This record gives sequence, structure tokens and C-alpha cells, in this order.
Amino acid sequence: MTSSKLYNAIFAAGISLILASLMIGIKLDTDGSTLAVRGATATQWMWIGGGIAVVFFSQLFSAQVDALFGAIPKPNIKAMLPQDQKMTTLKPWLIAALIVVMLIWPFMVSRGSVDLATLTLIYIMLGLGLNIVVGLAGLLDLGFVAFYAVGAYTYALLSQYFGMSFWACLPISAAMAAAFGFLLGFPVLRLRGDYLAIVTLGFGEIIRILLNNWTSITGGPNGISGIAKPGLFGLEFNRRAKEEGAVTFHEYFNMDYDSSYKVIFLYLIAVILVIGVIYLINRLMRMPIGRAWEALREDEIACRSLGLNRTAIKLSAFTLGASTAGFAGCFFAARQGFISPESFVFIESAIILAIVVLGGMGSQMGIIFAAIIMTILPEIAREFSEYRMLLFGLLMVIMMRWRPEGLVPMKRPNLELKQP
Amino acid sequence: MSQLLLDVNGLTMRFGGLLAVNGVNLKVKNRQIVSVIGPNGAGKTTVFNCLSGFYIPTEGSVMLRDQQIAGLKDYQISRKGLVRTFQHVRLFQKMTVIENMLVAQHRHMNTNLLSGLLKTPNYRRLEKDAMNHAAHWLEEVGLLAFANREAGNLSYGQQRRLEIARCMVTQPELLMLDEPAAGLNPNETKELDELIIKLRDVHEISILLIEHDMSLVMGISDHIYVIAQGTPLADGNAEQIKGNPDVIKAYLGEE
Ligand SMILES: Nc1ncnc2c1ncn2[C@@H]1O[C@H](COP(=O)(O)OP(=O)(O)O)[C@@H](O)[C@H]1O
Ligand SMILES: [Mg+2]
Repeated sequence: MTSSKLYNAIFAAGISLILASLMIGIKLDTDGSTLAVRGATATQWMWIGGGIAVVFFSQLFSAQVDALFGAIPKPNIKAMLPQDQKMTTLKPWLIAALIVVMLIWPFMVSRGSVDLATLTLIYIMLGLGLNIVVGLAGLLDLGFVAFYAVGAYTYALLSQYFGMSFWACLPISAAMAAAFGFLLGFPVLRLRGDYLAIVTLGFGEIIRILLNNWTSITGGPNGISGIAKPGLFGLEFNRRAKEEGAVTFHEYFNMDYDSSYKVIFLYLIAVILVIGVIYLINRLMRMPIGRAWEALREDEIACRSLGLNRTAIKLSAFTLGASTAGFAGCFFAARQGFISPESFVFIESAIILAIVVLGGMGSQMGIIFAAIIMTILPEIAREFSEYRMLLFGLLMVIMMRWRPEGLVPMKRPNLELKQP
Repeated sequence: MSQLLLDVNGLTMRFGGLLAVNGVNLKVKNRQIVSVIGPNGAGKTTVFNCLSGFYIPTEGSVMLRDQQIAGLKDYQISRKGLVRTFQHVRLFQKMTVIENMLVAQHRHMNTNLLSGLLKTPNYRRLEKDAMNHAAHWLEEVGLLAFANREAGNLSYGQQRRLEIARCMVTQPELLMLDEPAAGLNPNETKELDELIIKLRDVHEISILLIEHDMSLVMGISDHIYVIAQGTPLADGNAEQIKGNPDVIKAYLGEE
């Protein structure tokens, strides 16, 4: 054990001590009408001491800790899948089976599960959208939630002021989000990685603050409520038709009213949207633009020398990612029936980014897994909801140590030259 | 036939106080191999960077077929038919050989997003054309058998050849090679020599070459420019350069 290790460990423990003392050790409290500073209780100090000890020893023995992580077996996804050749024949069947299961499954489980599944699908959509920007084009975007908000508010406002339907607003929301992506991207994409991250972070906040303060239009912090739910070819899923003369779903099909129809219908829309997005991205990855994204990530200078306009290529990724978020936002507004700026805070951007990183940048399969984990875990661990962020941090640290390349590392489909 | 392709006059590049290139003139005619030689740090790569738009020259004019290109963006210049390689190989290492070739054809293949998403017949045709074109050039440089390999796994000599093929697939009029023979063994150098001559004689393009391998330069160049410390020192054919006392002095150093 070298002295630099010891120094490192003392340094880390010292930082932890300072931070913990400031954040947990001292508390401001109201004492009648004045403020009073209170120290932490003895048990809290014990916990702080314990935590610092953990930091100290884990730094001191970091090599051993690393070895421990290395010892955890890494599942080799490639090996678990059948051989390539078999895979190509099996794949369509597998996908078909999966889609059938996805479509039948909601009729057999509780309403709550279907609702949670719908939420998961929204995050999958967001993850896939951000994946275009971060995973495929390599642009760090910390304000992705802004485009989600634009999509959601576009539908909410069009529905409120002009009574437009969900289906009409879906493409409009995507187009609006794309337009915002384009407007932001145009000046900003010249910036290098870290600067880009800061500017997008700022943009996310600007949109949220704008929505919060433009009370006359957006309702400010009160948000917009009573957003119409999507209908099926004009059939509503309410108990009674909202408009005079309109027909509801259960009346049309002569069934009893059941509120779970609405939930299942929303779920099915989400499934279709996600399948659409997956298809889209799959195509993009095989198209020249997908190759250009990867090429730009690998060697920007070579790209420029070959006549590729890097701004245009990055802009296309930014815009396409934003439009996916717009889709998700529109659907989110329809599902919730109520939106407010509260739904579009920075932590949402962080969660979406975490999904992309956990999943393995660029890989769609990984992102779907990660989105499922990130939405289902908090539901299962409800009792720990106070510690949600803590668990979230822990999960990230463990993942970065154990499998920095993500759950399913990405492999872009190659175009092969068939030789005679 | 001996029409002027590239005409560079008074090219100057300043980095703060450093005068890296100072009043360089170059002329390249159709179907010519022109070399730029000079000691290390003479400013040869900087000249290439100015011509290809990576740097905006401080002064001077660069005419490509009577069209001023100094000040244009790098990608605009390469679209006009002036394409370069780099002193250090710059391939898309993780992509396959054929994909490297397809990226270079990006603007020929990239119709619109919708036709790609829907795989229209037009899109398929463009993709097929690009594949055939790529295969043709891979064959020319002897890499067809490696088409589906990862570019980073090729040998150094193969990577150099792939870089040239990747430039050629963009259909340039002027190919600029920055020390293409550096690090090659004698056999590979000979193949390179033949390839460059074939590019001029069969494919009828012009080549601007930076190279330290004097036997290669003297053997294939139609015209040679010498620069030292950013300043033009001499120019002429191989015989004239070999006999020029200034050039000998610049290379051997002053006694
Ligand atoms: N971007 C730059 N900033 C500052 N100085 C540079 C830059 N590029 C090149 N130079 C300087 O210009 C001079 C010529 O370099 P270079 O063109 O690479 O020489 P050569 O290719 O002939 O060996 C060197 O002194 C180098 O340090
Ligand atoms: Mg050089």
C-alpha cells in the first residue's frame, strides 16, 4: 500500500466529513420567531462517522474493492443468445411473439400494473429519443426534458384552446419539439462536449421557468388540467360522451362501462408508439445518416475532410431526438390529463440520461431493460422512497464499476458487402 | 490537357507570432503529380491544412479551376473535388472497411429521410450504387477481400491504402497525400508508387504529395516544390532539385 493511497483516502474522508457536517451535522430551525442553529443528535453523528469510515477504507483498499467488482460474473448476453445464423431466422418469430404478449398481457393483470407499464413505455420512448442524441451522435444533452415539456404543452394547449384531438396533435407535438431542437441546436452544436452539456442544461431550465411564469397561457404552476384523452376513431372512453351527440366506446360496442378499458387503451397506444419509434431508429441506424453519426463520433476531422457537414449531421440527431421526446410528451399529457412544470424538472433529464447510460449507450435493447428497471424499482421499493435518490446514486456507482459499457453494449448493424 | 487545376499564390499562415507558412506559391496542372518537400517543421502540413480549409489562411489566394476557395469551409472544399489524407491515419477504426467507404459517399447516398425510412426503390438503388462504387475502389487498392473487416484490424499498410481509397470514392480532381509512405516497408512503398502513378495515368486525377522518401518523390513527381521554414526555397523537376545547392544546404544543414 503506497503513501499516495493513504493520502487519497484521508483526502476523500476529509471531504466527506466537511460535506456531511454541513449538510447533516448542522440544521437551521425556527425557534419562535428567530432562526436557531442546531447540531445533529448523537446517533446522527454516529452514522456520519460510520459513513466516513466506509469512505476511508473503500479508498484505502480501492484495488481490492475493484477486484471484488471484477469477480462478479458479467453475464455475456452474446453467448446467451443463439448463434447469429439461427438468430436471423428466429428473430421475426421472437419479435412477433413478444408483440402478441405485449398486446394480450394487459387483459390479465390489474389496472395498476397496466398503468405502470404505460409509464415504463413513456420512459422507454424518452430513453430511445435521448439515445439518438447521446448514444448515437455522442452529444451530451442535459436538458432533454425541455423537448418532452414542449410536446406535452403543445398538446395540452391545443386541446384546451382549440379542442384539437390527441391524434391530430401527436405529429404537431413532435414537430414543435423538433422545431425547438432545431432552434436550440443551430447555434449550440458548434460547442464541444462539456459546453454543450451546460447550455442544454440551461435550456431545460429556461423552458421550465417559462412555463411556470407565463401564467396567462400555461396556467403557471397550476398547470393545465382536463386534457382530453385519446379516442378510437372518434369514440370516447368516458362513461358519458363529453360532447353532445358523440358516442362512447362501450355504447358503440354494447358493453358495460369499465374504467380499465381506458387504461388498457392508453397502454396499447404506448405500445404502438414505442414499436414505431424502435422501427424508426432501427432504420436510421442502417441509413447513411446513422453511419454518419457514428463516423462523427469516431473521428470528426476525417468526416470534415470527406465532405460531411458536421453541423447538419449533429443537428439531424438533435432534431430527431427532440421529436421523439415530443411524441412522448404529447402522450404523457394525454395519459395524465393534467400537466404542470413540476413534471419537467431537471431530475427527469437525469433519469432519462441514466437510462441511456445504464442501458449501454446506443443499444436499444439495453435502454428498454434500463427503463424497466428505473421505473419498476422505485415502485417495488416504495418503503424506501425517501432514499430513492440515494439508491439511484448507488446503482449508478455500482454499474459504472461493474459494467461501465452498460447492460447491453451497443453494436450498430453493419452493412455487409456480399462477394461473388 | 495541361490546364491549370490548382493555383496558389502568396499563401501565408500565421499562428500568433509564428510565421508557419510564408508566401508559398504552388501550381498543379491536370494529370500531374506535384510534390512538396522540406525538412520537418517546414510548414508542409500547414499548407495542406490551409488548402483543405482546416485553417483559414492569413493571406494569399487559392484558386481551384479559376474559383477562389480560400476561406470556404472544409466540407465545401472537399465537395469541390479537393480531398486530402492525414499524416497520421484517420480511419473510422470501429467501422468496417466497406462502411468507411460508404461514409465517404454520404452526400451521394443521402437523399431524404423519408425515402430511407421507407426503403424506396430509389434509395435502394443509391445504396447499391454506392456499394458497387466502394467495391470498385477497394479492388483498385487490393482491399476487396477485407471489405467486411473492422478497419482498425487492418495492417498499417492496408490502413494507408484504405485511406486513399476512401478519398477516391468521393471522386476528387485533386488528391492531397500527407506522407503516405511514412512507416511502410519497401514492398508497400513500391505498391504505393504504382498506385499513385495509376491514379494519374488511368484515373486522370492530379496528386499533391508531401513525402520524405526521396527516391519515391524523385521517381514519380512531375514537379517538386521545396519549402524550408515556411518559405519557398526552390521548385523544378527532379533533376533541377537534386542539383540545387540551396536545397542540399537546407537538408544537410549549413556547415
Ligand atoms: N495549429 C497550430 N498552432 C500553432 N502552431 C502550429 C499549428 N500547426 C502547425 N504549427 C507550427 O507550424 C510549423 C510547421 O508545422 P507543420 O506544417 O506540421 O510542418 P511539417 O508538416 O512540414 O513537418 C511548426 O513549427 C508547427 O509547430
Ligand atoms: Mg507534416
